[in-house]
Amino acid sequence: MVLQPSLKNCLRLSCILRTPKAGFRSTARGALIIQSVSNDVYQNLAVEDWIHDHMDLEKQQILFLWRNSPAVVIGRHQNPWQECNLRLLRQKNIKLARRRSGGGTVYHDLGNINLTFFTTRKKYERMENLKLVVKALKALRPQLDIHVTDRYDILLDRHYKISGTAAKLGGTSAYHHCTLLCNADKFALSSVLKSPYKGLKSNATPSVPASVKNLFEEDPSLTSEILLDAIAKEYATRHQIDHHITLINPADETLLPGINNKTKELQTWEWVYGKTPKFSVSTCLNMAYKDSVLDVKVNMDVKHGRIEVCNIDLPEQWLPPALYSELVKSLTGSKFCPNETTALATTLLRVCPQDDELHSRWNLLCENMIMLM
Amino acid sequence: VCIHRVRSCSSIRVIKSKYVCVFDKSALKFSHQQRLFRTSAVSCGQIVQFKLSDIGEGITEVTVKEWYIKEGDSVSQFDSICEVQSDKASVTITSRYDGIIRKLHYSIDDIAFVGKPLVDIEIDAAKGVASEEDVVETPPMSHEEHTHQEIKGHKTLATPAVRRLAMENNIKLSEVVGTGKDNRILKEDILNYLAKQTGAILPPSPKAEIVPPLPKSETVPAVPKDKARKIPVPVSRPIVFSGKDKTEPVTGFQKAMVKTMSAALKIPHFGYCDEIDLTQLVQLREELKPLAEIRGVKLSFMPFFIKAASLGLLQYPILNASLDENCQNVTYKASHNIGVAMDTEQGLIVPNVKNVQVCSVFDIASELNRLQSLGSAGQLGTSDLTGGTFTLSNIGTIGGTYAKPVILPPEVAIGALGKIQIVPRFNGKGEVFKAQIMNVSWSADHRIIDGATMARFSNLWKSYVENPASMLLDLK
Repeated sequence: MVLQPSLKNCLRLSCILRTPKAGFRSTARGALIIQSVSNDVYQNLAVEDWIHDHMDLEKQQILFLWRNSPAVVIGRHQNPWQECNLRLLRQKNIKLARRRSGGGTVYHDLGNINLTFFTTRKKYERMENLKLVVKALKALRPQLDIHVTDRYDILLDRHYKISGTAAKLGGTSAYHHCTLLCNADKFALSSVLKSPYKGLKSNATPSVPASVKNLFEEDPSLTSEILLDAIAKEYATRHQIDHHITLINPADETLLPGINNKTKELQTWEWVYGKTPKFSVSTCLNMAYKDSVLDVKVNMDVKHGRIEVCNIDLPEQWLPPALYSELVKSLTGSKFCPNETTALATTLLRVCPQDDELHSRWNLLCENMIMLM
Repeated sequence: VCIHRVRSCSSIRVIKSKYVCVFDKSALKFSHQQRLFRTSAVSCGQIVQFKLSDIGEGITEVTVKEWYIKEGDSVSQFDSICEVQSDKASVTITSRYDGIIRKLHYSIDDIAFVGKPLVDIEIDAAKGVASEEDVVETPPMSHEEHTHQEIKGHKTLATPAVRRLAMENNIKLSEVVGTGKDNRILKEDILNYLAKQTGAILPPSPKAEIVPPLPKSETVPAVPKDKARKIPVPVSRPIVFSGKDKTEPVTGFQKAMVKTMSAALKIPHFGYCDEIDLTQLVQLREELKPLAEIRGVKLSFMPFFIKAASLGLLQYPILNASLDENCQNVTYKASHNIGVAMDTEQGLIVPNVKNVQVCSVFDIASELNRLQSLGSAGQLGTSDLTGGTFTLSNIGTIGGTYAKPVILPPEVAIGALGKIQIVPRFNGKGEVFKAQIMNVSWSADHRIIDGATMARFSNLWKSYVENPASMLLDLK
């Protein structure tokens, strides 16, 4: 079935719920397959939140299909500094999102498909969902060597990870979502998921790196659309419903009241960075100044994404003590963020004595500090 | 009477069905049977151990990742207590009881066990006390609500989704009439409450139905009657505002700004304003814009303003100077590093274009493009943001005419440019023509700069900008 992603096909979710399922008599009480017309990671994550919070899944399970333009998605309890190269992300304009489910960090682009299985907590069963995906893929291409591991990964050729899983449970409903690598940019993936930050100590959930492969590499005739369709078909068969995918627009406030607030919340600094579990940075800056290299030990504690404690071990009198204490005082309580620190440091410089030597030392130190963020 | 009733009924019906369509009862989550609060065998101040319930999939242990509450906090049923994680699954644990948290059995990163106590909750005191508190809190109610006062004594039952909707709209659940089982508050109840508050629909109270009967005479025109019906009945309910003050510490960049602006306050400012006719510049820019685009640069008015300022500073270098802390020495800066105020997410930042005195208008435009794209991406570096000697603020892009800009230390002058307005002016022949007028407001440090200097600089800058061709004579 070829998908026509036009908004004319968007039906009210409510209307779908109220329309009786003609002709089917099933114990499974029905299910619904929906697909997002948006490639915005925040909008799509907001849809997951919305369905989790507002829909009664007792009568109807839901399969949500979505894809995102380039983004890195970290798990609920992870540390973005530990997980990815934030500098590279900023340079390349790749978005960073924190999802509400647990698990590790993944790279999304249009060559990766996301599947979310919404059920009640009683029907929460990740293995079954993944087996469904494998069954769909095997029905499509029987020669594919794919299987599910006990870590809920899907491996290709026994070795390459093509899918990772995460889940969220709360109240009476749950969702299990997973990725599936069809034709993602592996080069971008490996470069953004490598953290350059040293000296980080934290109890945040670490990611387990794995070798990855695209299904496209195994069989060039496979596209994201074909895979999405095959999975939807298998889901429809399993739940004895029509193989019909309803398109939804995550910006539609009438269909999903309150969705725009959810989208906004997912984009706030407080959520993306502020929810990082407490961590410490203990490292050494190697500052090249004039003809020598200074080793400057830095120790910082970061809580809720803000610098709680800051210690910079500078050689005595390298900066006037008053200025040094001013810098430390300003950094304390400030966001662990290069933007904020740059703005802070350059603004403070305005009220420092107008000495070129002093200014170049100050800038050197601040630039090095900013590199840590 | 009939027409009125039908109209009001149909309007209500239309709105109600709209809500029903989106918030169909079957789509609402009803709480799990097991979680209903048992009102029977509970005594005053009893401590209950809330155990960690089954996560599913045979999981026996989880890691506690975040507490949403702390000891001493009061919680309601369905409020989130904590977030735990097990094997890639993040679980939000919600409270089964209303009460006060007395003990947290785990710290962050501890392993918690299914079936073992998670928190100790002191269950609420007897009903009587609770209802007293409620009555004190609620504002005076109108006649229609009297029959619902009894509800105030009960604990408000609502699902987390409904609570969230109420919270997002600043609604006190105690003020909403619940129409679900056990007076549970449903989503429709919140929406009806909201609709009433905004006056979207008139409640079908007895008063609205008492309308004088239509006179039988045909001479009475229908129009005034319609008008009379359209006049809205003023809602007599007092407006309830449940917002709270929010206090946040001043940190980071804001703190630095406090310091800088406090220092700026010490500078004795004087202002000088003028009106600039940009008619010729507007035309010139239109001609040059495509040429710049071919070279990949977006040309605004700022590069012209900046270059003209630099030419002016060559004649009046004291405006590009700096006064030391003790006001003992004035340093005339050789470089014209002209700052351009930029409004970003952080607030006001001022990157500068370096050495404008040796840059062409095109160079300046190109550099501005670079700074603007870095600024909006939040990637300006320290060198871009330091070393400024003179600043221009184009506040006119947001709006405004005259301003009173604050000098950014260690500089001694600043200019604020208002918006461009098309207004009538007289030309040399006494004819009225359409002029594009912009206002400029300068501020300068009166300790070393006098009014005459500022005025002359402004006049020179004005002459360059009003007659751009004259810049050619003085370009180096």
